[in-house]
Parts: sequence; structure tokens; C-alpha cells
Amino acid sequence: MAADNDVIVGLEVHVQLNRLKSKMFCGCSTAYHDSPPNSHTCPVCLGLPGSLPVLNRRAVESGIKVGLALNCRIEENTLFYRKNYYYPDLPKGFQISQYDFPLATKGQVLIKGEDGERKIRITRAHLEEDPGRLVHAGTIDKAKYTMVDYNRCGMPLLEVVTEPDMRSPKEARIFLDKLKSILDYLDVFDGALEGAMRVDANISLKGGDRAEVKNISSFKGVEKALSYEITRQRNMRRRGMGVIQETRHYDELRGITVSIRSKEQAHDYRYFPEPDLVPLRVADLVPAIRASLPELPDARRDRFREEYGVADDHAKSLTSEIKVADFFESVASRAPPKLAAAWIADVLKGELNYRDAGIDRFSPDDMVEILRLLSEGRISDAAAVSVIREILDHGGSPAQVVEALGLAKAGDDVVLQAVRFAVSDCVEAVSDYRKGNERALNFIVGQVMKRTKGRADPGEAHRLVVEEIERSQG
Amino acid sequence: MLTGLKRDLASGSAEEYLECLFERIEKSKLNAFNALSKEAALEKARKFDRSPWGGLLAGIPIAIKDGISTKGIETTCSSSILRGYVPPYDAHVIERLKAEGAIIMGKTNMDEFAMGTSTETSCFGPSRNPWDVDRVPGGSSGGSAAAVAGGEAPCALGSDTGGSVRCPASFCGIVGLKPTYGLVSRYGLISYANSLEQIGPLTRSVEDSALLLEVISGHDPRDSTSAEKGQYLSGVRDEISGLRLGVPREYFGEGVDPAVEKSVWDAISVLEELGASWREVSLPHTKYALAAYYIIAMSEASSNLARFDGLRYGRRTGEDRDWHTTFSKVRSAGFGKETKRRILLGTYALSAGYYGRYYLKALQVRTLIKQDFERTLADVDLLVSPTMPFPAFRIGERIDDPLSLYMADVFTVPINLAGVPAISLPCGFAGHLPIGLQLIGRHFEEDLLLRAARSFEEATPHHLRMPEVA
Repeated sequence: MAADNDVIVGLEVHVQLNRLKSKMFCGCSTAYHDSPPNSHTCPVCLGLPGSLPVLNRRAVESGIKVGLALNCRIEENTLFYRKNYYYPDLPKGFQISQYDFPLATKGQVLIKGEDGERKIRITRAHLEEDPGRLVHAGTIDKAKYTMVDYNRCGMPLLEVVTEPDMRSPKEARIFLDKLKSILDYLDVFDGALEGAMRVDANISLKGGDRAEVKNISSFKGVEKALSYEITRQRNMRRRGMGVIQETRHYDELRGITVSIRSKEQAHDYRYFPEPDLVPLRVADLVPAIRASLPELPDARRDRFREEYGVADDHAKSLTSEIKVADFFESVASRAPPKLAAAWIADVLKGELNYRDAGIDRFSPDDMVEILRLLSEGRISDAAAVSVIREILDHGGSPAQVVEALGLAKAGDDVVLQAVRFAVSDCVEAVSDYRKGNERALNFIVGQVMKRTKGRADPGEAHRLVVEEIERSQG
Repeated sequence: MLTGLKRDLASGSAEEYLECLFERIEKSKLNAFNALSKEAALEKARKFDRSPWGGLLAGIPIAIKDGISTKGIETTCSSSILRGYVPPYDAHVIERLKAEGAIIMGKTNMDEFAMGTSTETSCFGPSRNPWDVDRVPGGSSGGSAAAVAGGEAPCALGSDTGGSVRCPASFCGIVGLKPTYGLVSRYGLISYANSLEQIGPLTRSVEDSALLLEVISGHDPRDSTSAEKGQYLSGVRDEISGLRLGVPREYFGEGVDPAVEKSVWDAISVLEELGASWREVSLPHTKYALAAYYIIAMSEASSNLARFDGLRYGRRTGEDRDWHTTFSKVRSAGFGKETKRRILLGTYALSAGYYGRYYLKALQVRTLIKQDFERTLADVDLLVSPTMPFPAFRIGERIDDPLSLYMADVFTVPINLAGVPAISLPCGFAGHLPIGLQLIGRHFEEDLLLRAARSFEEATPHHLRMPEVA
């Protein structure tokens, strides 16, 4: 779907700052993902009577980091508020969040939209605590009872709110990918952990009221939910019915959105400043954090193009994850950069994706070695791909794999012999070639490859076959 | 007095002393305690008797208001909704008391969630005033005050959100201190209105108050609003000549019982004889204090009390249904009338469209009141006033008229709004009922406050009189 002028999308992205060691307001560890329910809790995150929150300064620093990376203005002083509502996953009956004076405001991110570059304005980025998690016995509508796991309760969250600047589900997806990439570079979160990023998407058609689709847990889900909404809202409009302002839930299994509550039923959160936390002066923290910001994806992509002469699509692919970019630079310092870029971006990343694996699964040293074998003409492209696959699936070093699977390029005499056999065997093809049918040559080269079990270099084989035919003619 | 007791206990038996207290409590009509920690306390006492030394409070029994979390002892805030809740942790002040060797006797009665001036809103029924058991002991820390005045505990802790330590101290003829906001960690104090309240000692003498403050005050990293402490005990016996007192015009006159007014003026004369000078001052925004206080306190309470849903601890009523039904049932059965009133009013005051008209306005008034105190206390060292406009009233006399009850807090709530420290100490009697003198100081100048109070106490006999029940 191309960008439509009448589609208006804004996002609220909840990012769990799960790289931090402790929770937002207490000392509980954030490494709860493989732990039994309610084992990472204390009086503070359980909201026991009398307990008090203490702000995790590192969370503030992470928030500022993200704010700066999103080109936001950082407030001089920041303040925490209580957002009051009743829900069993919220043990205090309120969530400590921010309201006026959020940590960061008025930023922007440039994305490559469907009709060229698009500026997505960031309204604000603020800190808050994650609620616990409800575990239903069975499905949500049929559960006899529900249990609550408070391990997640109090996890530091950063909520990034955009202006309604996206014009299609695809653009929302592109923005989210970009945001994820920036967060990855800042080392503030691990996107692989469950619940690391959750999205609320606001969508409307020009002139219509908006629907908010809450709590979508995957980027693919965001794209699907938004596409569904566009169709639904268009249909409503076509039937002459207005879209009503409401909150909707995205049903991942059915790929549809369903209404949860209308505007009239909207919560009044009764925000007021949290008396247990004092206003925090953050202006003084900014210069040091700004100075420590890493090179961000866009800058690194430009540099890869300029410094290594890498093609732009390769540069983009290599810089979306910081680990891949680091991997590339490690390899490119010891191997021809353009060759390295092509092999990492086009081959290695594909093989890793196919296996659902990260770049950590492959060593830069092995990549350097493979590129060396290739440049020295000791293995063919096809053999190099096999080496990568074999290392990923069964381990070993490139040299061992080449040896074990007999992937070394065949010696000149072997190839030459195969060429002679092929030319004398394929009488018909040779005569076709002599009559001017160039394509007949491919068949003969194919025979050479077959005889050498693919170890011959196809270009080389091609040259030798032509030579042999010319020689046998004379 | 605690110093004397410490000496006696070291040569005598803490166990026997404690047994006497428990016996007295069990026979008492005062209804001062909600729960006793008899076994653990006696065990501690025996341990002390075997090796009679330790910290600043070694061997001293102490009663704790039921709004302060005590590990292993049921803590209810005198609310039915928290029946059965046994905290898994100690409040900061309890840790400090234990570290100095004090023995926790049990938990004292209070107004439900500290919302009241009489202990009549307690789910355990009212405590009674030792000077007249048909009268209230004041509130909300009424159980603590009644226990100390009635000889059931040598000292106690209360909490003061709008007068909850000073009011019962005044009604029961003992000493009650509300420290500067931030001086004592609130970690473990079950919040009613968290921007206003402080834990404070209730004692028989000013020196005891200084001793307890010495123990419980100081920075606690678990309370972001807590500050560093000063020295309270070392200078408490120093003289006060040259002290400049301010007498706020707005704290006298209409609505103040003539006997109270006379006692306070007598007290000012005594202080003058001790070398202090006085002059009339004005705190012009006093008339807005009550309204601002109740809006802020109720707003905060409506949020602070949201956690009581019966899901994780406390009372669970009847059969479980879906979440909204179940927690609504728990809350409607578990909270008393006054608590519900304050939750409803606070919820209303914070609602969209009313926030600016009520809560924000109240915060503005609060700033003005704070400025009143800062301006006045730039010219004088302490302010002097009655603690309560009248002596203890009869049980049932005001409970059905919330506004008249709220009016009783008129001289105590401005102090919480401003965050300054204040102390109430006995300064006379209206018939058989004690009258309290309130001294108000600058932020974190508890040392001066205590010194002035101690000089007055030294020069007067009021604190030595004991009720007949004791």
C-alpha cells in the first residue's frame, strides 16, 4: 500500500529499558525472564503499604540518552506523576509516570518514507514503571481465574510518543524499525526479550475521528492492525457511518481489531505530582551524556559509504544493528571492504535470518578467512556459501570445512582434463557453437562443472572451453 | 524520665516492668492497643535482663501507632480492610528503635488510616482519654497518647498529618512532636497524605522527645524526601534567654476556649520570665489553611488508598467474582464511613475539570502559607499558640458533624502545610482536662524548639500531674 494522503498515523511506543540492572523504583533485578512468578519482587514493587519509590538514576540517564538520540529537548527539571486507575496488575492502584515536564520533548526522526524522506516529529519521551502481567487460566474470555505475576512490575519503561506524521502502515513499520535500531545502538534495551517493545497506534482518516489500537507486541502486528483499521474505517465512511473515537484491541490470531471502550468510557487518570519523589534537575546531566552518545545508525551508514566505498543498500543493511556494523568493521579492517560488505549483507545476514540467529553466532575471523580464500581463488562463490552454512550448522573453521567437504577449487590440470573430456564428448554442442550458437557453450561448461563437482571456477571453465574448442579446430 | 527508667531497668528487671505494663493494658478501659507483641517483647526483655546494656534505648518498651509497619506484627491502620495484614518488613523508624535496643510492645489504636481527631473512626472502637474515659484522647494517634498518659507505655510513636501527634498529646497532657517534613524517614509509614505527614514521638517529657527524635531521625535512602539530622539531646538543657517569640494573632480569639487562651498567655509569661521576649505577629493566610489542607490530604488519600483491593493482603469479602465486583465489594465492606468520605472527596478534587479549581488552588494556598511562616520566622525564633482550640471533647459529641471535627485542626494543619516542626506540651488544665501549648519553629530547628519546650517544662508543674486512671 502506497502512502495515502488521507491516512494519519501516530504511535506511542513503550520501550522496556531492560538493559538496566535494577527496576525503576526499587533494587529488584530486571533479569526475571526465566524466573518463577513473583520471585523478583520486594515491598516497593509489590506496592506494600508504607513502601516508597526511589528513582533509578540510571533509568533517567538512559531516558536522556534516547531523548538526545531522537533530537529532543531535555527539560531542565523533570517531575513524576501518579496515573490513577484500578487494575489487578497495578498493585498500588496507580502507575508512577510523567505528565507535565516529561524528560524529553519536541524531537524528530527522519525516515525513508514511501514517497521519499519523511520527518516524524517526536512529541515527548517519558519514564514510567511497567505494571505486572496477568496470566489467564486458558483463554482470556473463557478463563475461570486469572493469576498475576509481579516480576515485570516496576520494570523501567520509556514511552516515546510521536506526532501523527506517518501516512501508511508501512511507514509506521519503517519508523519502528528505525527507532529499534537507534535504541539498539544506545544499548538501553534488548529487543529479543519478551515484551521489550509494545506499541499503541492511533489511526484516523483525514477528517474522521481516531481509533487507538492498544498494546500491539510486534511490528508486523502494528502493520497488520493499521491496515485492518484503514479498511474498517474506509468501509464505515463508505456506508456513511462516522468512525467513533474509541480504544481498540488488536487480536493477533484473527488479525482484526475489536472495540474495548468508547470515548465516554475513557479513564480519568487524575494525574497529580507524586509526593514521594522530588523534582529532579536533569539539565546538568545532559552535556556528559551528549558527549558519550555513540555514532548513530544514520551517521554510521554515511560513513560506511564514504570510508569504505560500500553501496548504500549494503551500508543500510550493515548499520541497522550495531553488532552487525561492528562485525563488518572488524572484517573490513582485514579484508577488501566492498567484498566484505557484499558477503555480510547479502549472504551472511540471510543465512542468519534463515536460522533465526544473531551475528554473535559467526566470528569475524572466520569471515576474514573465507574472504581470503575467495580472493585467492581457492574456493568458488558457491563453495564459500557452503562453508558459511556448514560453520553455522555444524561448526568448525573455514579451512577444516573446505578440507572436510572437498570444497577446494580443483587444480588447473583437473579442470583442463575435464574441459578436454567435455569438449570431445559434446560433439553436437561443439558444432552448434561453431555455427554461432553461443548458448551451446553453457551446456559444455555445465558438463565441466559436473565433472569437477563444482570446484571449477565457472568463468575460468568458460575461458578454457573456448580455448579448447579453438585449439581442437586447428 | 526515660533516662531514669533506663537506670532502673538496668538495676531491676525489664521483664517484670513489661509484665506490669501488659497486665495494666489487659485490665485497662482505655482501648489504647490494637495488638500486643507480648511474647516477642518479653523475650527481648529477658535478653536485656541477662545483659543489661545496648543502645540509647536499651530495654525501653515503646508503643507503636498501628499505621507504622512492624515485621511480624499485624498492622491495620485501625481499618477493617487491613485485618490480618502482617508486614514482611519493618519501617525505618522500627529498625532504628530496635537497633538502639528498644522493645516493641504492640500497636496502638488510631483513627482509621489516621483520618480523624478522636480515634472514633477506628474499626476497633474509640480509645478513651485517661483524664476522663468518657472523652476522646484526640487523634489520630489517640491510642499512643492514651497509652503514654495512662501509664501503659513509657513512650510511643505516632504520626502527624494535620495534627495527629500534637492533638492527642494536647488532649492527654503529654508531649508530642511533629518534626520538620523530611527529618524522619516515612519508609514503612502507611500513607494517608504523604506530602504532609511525619512520624513523631509521644512522651512524658521534652527530654524524652529529644531522645526519641535522636534515634528515629536522619537520612534514609529509601525515602527520597528524607534529610540529614541534627543534634537534639546535647543542647536540650541550655537556657533560652534572648529567645524571640511570635504570637500569631490569627491563633487566638473566636472559637478558642477561654481557659485554653488563658493558659497559653500564662505560658507566654513564663517564657518571658525565662528570658524570652514576645511580640504579636500575623499569618494572614491562616483562614485558608483548613480548606487547602483537606483538599490536599483527601486528594493524596484517594490515591494512596487505591492499593487496598484485597488481592494481595488484608481482608477479602465473600465469594470471589470478577475483578471489578470483587475489589468493589472488598472496599465497600472494608473502609469506614469517614475513609470513604475522604476517598470520594479526594477523587472528585483530582478529577478532570476540577483539578485546577481545587487541587492546584490548594497547592497555591499552601505556598502562601509556607511563605507566611518563612516571613514571620525570619523576625522571631519561635511561634507560640494553643495546640487545640479546646480541651478533649466527649466521645460521640462531634463525630456526626465532620465539619466541626475538621475545625478542631485549625491550629495544627497550617504547620503540616508549611512543613515546619512543632511541639505540643502541657501548659495547664481546664477543670480536669489538660491543655496543650504549641511551639512552632523554623525548618530543621528542632534543637531550638526542644530547648524552649524543655525550659518551659522545667519551670512548670503541669507535666508532673498524672490522671487518676494511671
